[in-house]
Amino acid sequence: MAVLNEEQEMLRDMAREWATNESPVTEFRKVRASGEPEAFDRGAFGNMAEMGWTGVIIPEEHGGSDFGWLSAGLVVEELGKTLTASPLIQTTIAAAAIVLGGSDEQKAKYLPKLASGEMIGTLAIDEGARHDPSKIATSVSGGKISGTKAFVHEAHGADLFVVASTDGLYLVEKGDGVSLSTRKLTDQRSHADVTFDGASADKLAGGGDSLLDDVLDRARILTACEMLGMAQQVFDTTLDYLKQRVQFNQVLATFQSLQHRMADLFGDLAMMRSAVEGGLQALDSGFGVARAATIAKAEANRVLHTMSREGVQLHGGIGMTDEYDIGFYLKRARVLEASFGSTSYLKNRFAKLGGY
Amino acid sequence: MATQTELQPADTTDAFREEVRQFLADNFPEELKGKGNALAGVEGPTAETEPQRKWREAMGARGWGTPTWPKEYGGGGLNRKQAAILNEELAKAGAYNPIGGMGVMMFGPTLLEYGSEEQKKEHIPPICRGEVRWCQGYSEPNAGSDLANLQTTAEDKGDHYLVNGQKTWTSGGQWADKCFCLVRTDRSDKHRGISFLLIDMDSPGVEVRPIQMISGMSPFCETFFTDVKVPKENLVGEEGQGWTIGKRLLQHERTNLSGGGSMARLMGQSVSDVAKKYLELDDGGEIADKVMRDRIADFEIRWGSFLMTARRATEESKAAGGVSEISSVLKKLGTKLGQERAEMLIEIMGLQGLGWEGEGFSESELAGVRAWLFGKATTIYGGSTEIQNNIIAKRVLGMLDHQ
Repeated sequence: MAVLNEEQEMLRDMAREWATNESPVTEFRKVRASGEPEAFDRGAFGNMAEMGWTGVIIPEEHGGSDFGWLSAGLVVEELGKTLTASPLIQTTIAAAAIVLGGSDEQKAKYLPKLASGEMIGTLAIDEGARHDPSKIATSVSGGKISGTKAFVHEAHGADLFVVASTDGLYLVEKGDGVSLSTRKLTDQRSHADVTFDGASADKLAGGGDSLLDDVLDRARILTACEMLGMAQQVFDTTLDYLKQRVQFNQVLATFQSLQHRMADLFGDLAMMRSAVEGGLQALDSGFGVARAATIAKAEANRVLHTMSREGVQLHGGIGMTDEYDIGFYLKRARVLEASFGSTSYLKNRFAKLGGY
Repeated sequence: MATQTELQPADTTDAFREEVRQFLADNFPEELKGKGNALAGVEGPTAETEPQRKWREAMGARGWGTPTWPKEYGGGGLNRKQAAILNEELAKAGAYNPIGGMGVMMFGPTLLEYGSEEQKKEHIPPICRGEVRWCQGYSEPNAGSDLANLQTTAEDKGDHYLVNGQKTWTSGGQWADKCFCLVRTDRSDKHRGISFLLIDMDSPGVEVRPIQMISGMSPFCETFFTDVKVPKENLVGEEGQGWTIGKRLLQHERTNLSGGGSMARLMGQSVSDVAKKYLELDDGGEIADKVMRDRIADFEIRWGSFLMTARRATEESKAAGGVSEISSVLKKLGTKLGQERAEMLIEIMGLQGLGWEGEGFSESELAGVRAWLFGKATTIYGGSTEIQNNIIAKRVLGMLDHQ
């Protein structure tokens, strides 16, 4: 755990307490059971907004608290632990896109609403099942945008889409010319293909040539934060289980083969935490972000992949049941691994950044 | 160990920076610029050139080779902020810290914590001045990973102990002046029968035999003790407290061994830099062998993540004021990645990367081969990876003893 200042510690403790008490995994089960395509609890999201979590990276002049990315990451990690279903990450990323590339008018128009939770935002980038921002066909002509975006996270609740087109990023509000086609994924959260058919689009003209990459790096790092919370929870749950489950008249935790597997996972978790926190710190310092973001998401992919598999295996049969939570982490893990950069995509990007 | 954590006001630190700059201008010999500390490791004998000696003496006299150690024992007495400034200024000047070795990395911090006033006064100042080389007498032929099984005895003879037995893997034993040693003072209790004793390597009855390693180097020795008389005042802590003190020292050792350390320094460059020199590139400047390129990126991502972990552990342990529990994790991960790195490097170079000696190989190619072989020791010494796993499972994760 990074060394935190007092403000950050308070924020983390508040998030932990809220997630544990108000948003345990049973709340996700309720969302799932409701069958609503939106797949999050509006009341819970309202609470988050009241606590200021939607405005952590938004400047104070636009209604945020400007606490920085490490702070945002701390909250997201805690929510990841309990699989809290919310559009917090996507809204934060949409806000980041506007902070980076928006005009004064765009900032004044959207940031206060995103900060207050009145408006929900999301990113609409990819046009296929695999993340690849180099393959974008969506185009804008005369202020009207057309194209279809695949597997957009939190699309059903979104009021504002940050959309990648052939000539940059655009802001598109839900409404005329925006239609959703639900894609039910294994994590049972909100995903949809979103078709823009001549919808009004407002260009994010600032931020330079690297705006799309910069926004995606933020998405990668914040997604990695959710994954970190999940990996930590799977690890803790599995360790607890091994300490109480008795087989052959012995507690499983006493078996050296299992101890060494847990030691391996503990080492991996330490690496993942460093990589993710390194990403957040890079954002806050504004230095080496592309490389840090790539390491953060690649390590999150690698470690959560192993952790989620081992978590189920080490639980034995009970890990296979829907009644037990651990399977939810496995399913959500794969969705997040495939989002904003698979492992092979990130390795390629890392090599390119390194000039090989 | 006493630490001074209070921060100085800004004007004082500016003054301190100026003081360091002046000191460097007056004392750091131009010809050592960009060189490393030849005496820091345990790989070789202690021959110094005149400029090296002068530089060591200047830093040693100021206590800045051990900047945060208490001034009363010859340390620098600096607070963390000042130590950081000192490091920055050393780096800016292309200067290195000429004080190092096991005395600095392991023994000193442990003695500061557990030693008597007389012992600190006797042993710490020469370490700060870089005048004394210490070696470690822990392992024995039948007490490696099962360290508490050690059999070297120290018999109480009234005014002295009589030491008999054999140690092994004594790093740098043939060049050391003194040895910090775990010895058995009581046969009836495996752990509480162990004591921590300091032995002069030139005492009658001490014999060292270097062990030739697969790398061709002989940095380790077998050390034999035959009726060696050791004064009573060389006992650190209470009799029977050796296991506790010894474990504390191992925490310092692990943290230091993990650094990604000696191999990275020996070989210098990143894996991808080496690959770009030895492997075919395509028209876009990318490594043409895509499988290899993928593996290199995979490794470098994890390497980057490890370096961040080492940095995080340092920050966390500073904030918590002690050696981090994560030291076992660092040792386990750092040594594994270091070996992986060495294996990749020789693979990238093909047979050119497997030279033993002679014509047709560059200095760095030959060094790479030796480092690859020497590096195999890193997951065995200082507590093997398997032992680190036991420590993590039991002490950090609270998994119970297997029966």
